[in-house]
Amino acid sequence: MLRLEKRPSPSTVWTIATPLLAVAFTMVAGGFLFAALGKDPFVAIKLIFFDPLFSEQYGAYSRPQLLIKAGPLILIAIGLSIGFRAGVWNIGAEGQYIVGALFGAGVALALFPTPGWYIFPLMIVAGALGGFLWAMIPAILKTRFNTNEILVSLLLVYVAEKLLAAMSLGLMRNPDIPGFPGSRNLRHYPSAHNAELIAGTGMHWGVAAAFIAVIFAYVLLHRHILGFQVQLAGQAPRAARFAGVAPAKLVVVCLGLSGALAGLAGMFEVSGPAGQVNIDFAVGYGFTAIIVAFLGRLHPVGIVLAGFLLALTFIGGELAQFILRLPSASIQVFQGMLLFFLLALDLLTNYRIRFSPAEAR
Amino acid sequence: MDLSSINPVVLAAALMVAATPILLAAIGELIVEKAGVLNLGVEGMMIVGAVLGFIVAVQSGNPYLGMVGAAVGGAGLGLLFALLTQVLLANQVASGLALTLFGLGFSALLGQGFVGISPPRTPKLNFGPLSEIPVLGPVLFSHDFMVYVSLAIVAAVWYFLRYTRAGMILRAVGENHDAAHALGYRVRRIRVLAIMFGGACAGMGGAYLSLIRVPQWTEGMTAGAGWIALALVVFASWRPWRVVLGAYLFGGIVVLQLNLQAAGFRIPVEYLSMSPYLITILVLVLISSGKARGSLNAPGSLNRSFHASG
Amino acid sequence: MGQPLLRLKGLTKTYPGVVANSDISFDLNQNEIHALLGENGAGKSTLVKIIYGLVRPDSGDMLLRGEPYEPDNPATARAAGVGMVFQHFSLFDALDVAENIALGMDSPPPMRELARSIREVSHEYGLPLDPTRLVGELSAGERQRVEIIRCLLQNPKLLIMDEPTSVLTPQEVEILFQTLRKLRDEGTSILYISHKLEEIRSLCEHATVLRLGKVVATCDPRQKSARELAEMMVGTTLQPPARSTIPEGQTVLELRDLSLKSENLFGTSLKNVSVSLRRGEILGIGGVAGNGQDELLAALSGEARSRRDSVILEGKPIGHLGPLARRRLGLLAAPEERLGHAAAPDMSLTENALLTGAVREKLVKGGFVDWSGARAFADRVIERFDVRTPGAHVAARALSGGNLQKFVIGREIMQRPGVLVVNQPTWGVDASAAAAIRQALIDLAENGAAVILISQDLDEILEIADSFAALNGGRLSNPRPVRGLTLEEIGLMLGGAHDMEVAHAST
Repeated sequence: MLRLEKRPSPSTVWTIATPLLAVAFTMVAGGFLFAALGKDPFVAIKLIFFDPLFSEQYGAYSRPQLLIKAGPLILIAIGLSIGFRAGVWNIGAEGQYIVGALFGAGVALALFPTPGWYIFPLMIVAGALGGFLWAMIPAILKTRFNTNEILVSLLLVYVAEKLLAAMSLGLMRNPDIPGFPGSRNLRHYPSAHNAELIAGTGMHWGVAAAFIAVIFAYVLLHRHILGFQVQLAGQAPRAARFAGVAPAKLVVVCLGLSGALAGLAGMFEVSGPAGQVNIDFAVGYGFTAIIVAFLGRLHPVGIVLAGFLLALTFIGGELAQFILRLPSASIQVFQGMLLFFLLALDLLTNYRIRFSPAEAR
Repeated sequence: MDLSSINPVVLAAALMVAATPILLAAIGELIVEKAGVLNLGVEGMMIVGAVLGFIVAVQSGNPYLGMVGAAVGGAGLGLLFALLTQVLLANQVASGLALTLFGLGFSALLGQGFVGISPPRTPKLNFGPLSEIPVLGPVLFSHDFMVYVSLAIVAAVWYFLRYTRAGMILRAVGENHDAAHALGYRVRRIRVLAIMFGGACAGMGGAYLSLIRVPQWTEGMTAGAGWIALALVVFASWRPWRVVLGAYLFGGIVVLQLNLQAAGFRIPVEYLSMSPYLITILVLVLISSGKARGSLNAPGSLNRSFHASG
Repeated sequence: MGQPLLRLKGLTKTYPGVVANSDISFDLNQNEIHALLGENGAGKSTLVKIIYGLVRPDSGDMLLRGEPYEPDNPATARAAGVGMVFQHFSLFDALDVAENIALGMDSPPPMRELARSIREVSHEYGLPLDPTRLVGELSAGERQRVEIIRCLLQNPKLLIMDEPTSVLTPQEVEILFQTLRKLRDEGTSILYISHKLEEIRSLCEHATVLRLGKVVATCDPRQKSARELAEMMVGTTLQPPARSTIPEGQTVLELRDLSLKSENLFGTSLKNVSVSLRRGEILGIGGVAGNGQDELLAALSGEARSRRDSVILEGKPIGHLGPLARRRLGLLAAPEERLGHAAAPDMSLTENALLTGAVREKLVKGGFVDWSGARAFADRVIERFDVRTPGAHVAARALSGGNLQKFVIGREIMQRPGVLVVNQPTWGVDASAAAAIRQALIDLAENGAAVILISQDLDEILEIADSFAALNGGRLSNPRPVRGLTLEEIGLMLGGAHDMEVAHAST
């Protein structure tokens, strides 16, 4: 008979091994999926995981994309991970991302075409503020009315998407190009453009911000009392209250922080790689970041690695789409499977599997 | 703007149709939550049901078979969630999200070759002269079979929970899983079955969209209906007939704003289409700002992981 | 007299590291109310689980009405005519009485019939129940009735009751006793587990005393005094209290009419609790669990806020302050639940030291944690209180109960509190660790701190406290000096017959 026995303390070995195993299992399962779709599984896996980095043919194009895709994922996931540790479930990062982008782009478009060094910093503040405010809605509703933050933040994603469409077709539409949706492209507005910092690497201010956020999160979690309180609240809520942690404050801080970071990511994206506010601006970074956060075990370093891995799957997926004509949705399936395997294997960090004989007599 | 183009009778009939997908998903999730489990994967189960139902209906030429296929598919996905959360003790929130993300991708993948196809038609049921009655006729007697099936399911759920022993045991499990276990009831098994039922209902709700309401297959066509169904369960205070009320109210809003759009209402389309979501949030706030959990009627064990030790 | 109803012969049960029951033999007769007495850890619950089929003995036999009796699960036990009312109820608040009873029965009759039976039986035995009421709305005493009726409807020949009066008011206790006597007269024997000596003396004809897993005595409790029974349980003559006079120090803490509604939907609310505490004094607050202990601790630690002037520390009203502010002022607390409340199970001892020590040990500077300071503090606690652990890096859940308790209490004592409140400080702790903790509390008081000791363990209170008050249904009796207090008087105070207005059943 199989029995589950709780370990005295969580196993470090398994904490590291689980994500690796989950990736391995996903590769295998993914291989089967691709085979079922009629594609050579080995070629597909190679295209997704290895070619973007190492291929002679495509590497030069794909490698910079890695940072471009990983940047927002890491930035958002860092914010989410702090909340998740505390048991505050911000599922609406996608919405905060959008609103942050709208705020940031809004500032830029309002000031167009005035040049000035202060414009970009102002956009940064606006972007963070936008995401923060959008996240404050579930935060306040939770602390004052005890409303479930998962549902509220999620429903607000749909609202944000409609808002994005409304802006693209209405208030923020580029007056110089009538008949087409979308705002001006900020590439043409140097003071507002989030340009590549080092040519050919894909590194822009958003990526830099992501790395800064990683360091900040690491310091917060390991050295700051707030980080301790966050972890305590998530692990042992009763002990947290005993220690004097105010639950409402924690909810507001966690949601506010993750909202601000998501908003920043959105702002960097709209003023950089995407360039303009348009209906198809939101590609789901807010949701993929959730996977990144879990895959990275809610740990800053883990999130960096997980962010790169998922960015890799995006880019590799595009490659596979292009070359093997693999449907784009299969990458989403792939990412979903990754999360599944991770959750399934997670059991092993906290429990041992024991074979025990049936009770004697 | 021409408001006279909005016909209240047509509106009433249309709202029942609009409500049916979330009604199905919500009543299924109600059983799941009554058993003490929060399944955030409703959206995933709905969309998978939508695509599977569509495929089965198109391939077989039979829309009823399509519904069955959708139910099976939804239940299957639910089983996956049950495996993760009940056997492998994974975090319910993360697992539900994983289910939704996976479901969205999986359905898009499956539905690749089926975009733009029309499914076999599901006829409206023929009640003969009954459907000729003014007002009541179109509203009550001119629907397709699923509208009636969904109401029948609600009635069955109500009866099950209120009057059967099995229903009582389910409620007990959801209320206090430790006590239920102490009394010898198989908590895990009951929850797995409840989850599969919820999946089947959600699947059918999704298929209703792709086979009857739209009827077509598009990626992501559920557009958050699953989340609204979840909110609906809270709004209904976990009571079956209130789910109907909530679903029809919601359906009403959806249909009304579509009508307003068509009538040329001054507000841009995008803002109008936000309204269902905003109103859902408002409703959630109103309901949860009530008193302690006790008066909210929420099952006691909701979202707490159950591990029978030893 | 005829054959005994239940005969136990040589029952033995061992768990890794501990002998729960060793060669237990005694008889339980027909028409008898038989008490099972013993301290925590004496083996009562294991024995009773064996009789009810939850646990299989390693060796020994049982005979029920002369026939071999070997239940392998509770359903078998019930079929043989053995029923049990547990101390912790298995009830569902959102369901009504009839449904709760149906869920606990093996083959319940149809609801309408069941409802009728419930009404009849409950009225017949003086424990009236309305089958349509939601269990969540019932008082603790009424909830117990549900459990009892659930058993009675299955016509037991032997009814086992585990600490039945811990949640009852005095009137309810009397009603229960009448019911039990009626059952006995009608042919159902009762095995009554309790440590309330006065009750046992008034109710039971026969008592078996367990100590450390063995039967150490059987007697007729009506012929013995409470003190004699207590001595049989503990095994020694009880020492007179070690503290001579109540210290004359300044009043350091005052509770004035402290009323607090319990957060827990089914907890016990505090009602007009008033008491004052002097420097150097140890106040023992006795009472079986469920009478407001958790709520009292929360009101003192700051987890539950109350009216400003209901808690006064050194003349300053602090009822509105939270845990951090109270720590700053020197009021510290150690809750009952070690894992999950006093300490975070998955966190290391260093982190747990930070949990409460942050303020007084100055472990947080400018928002940043001084981890080496926290580590050093944890090490000091470990050293001073002899906490057996490989080191401060170990997770709290890896420690044994006794060691973790030493750490938790030690952590507070080493922060030099002005007032320390502890709830069940030696519960489930081995004897040497318990002695060490008690000595530490005495030393703390000798050095001028005031201590509130909330405990179910009467001996502990007698041993170290200066004064004693009983917490009963959320009300606190007037404190009496421990010196000269007899066990009988304590029992009476706990039973509620004190010089206060008796509390009513529903809040």
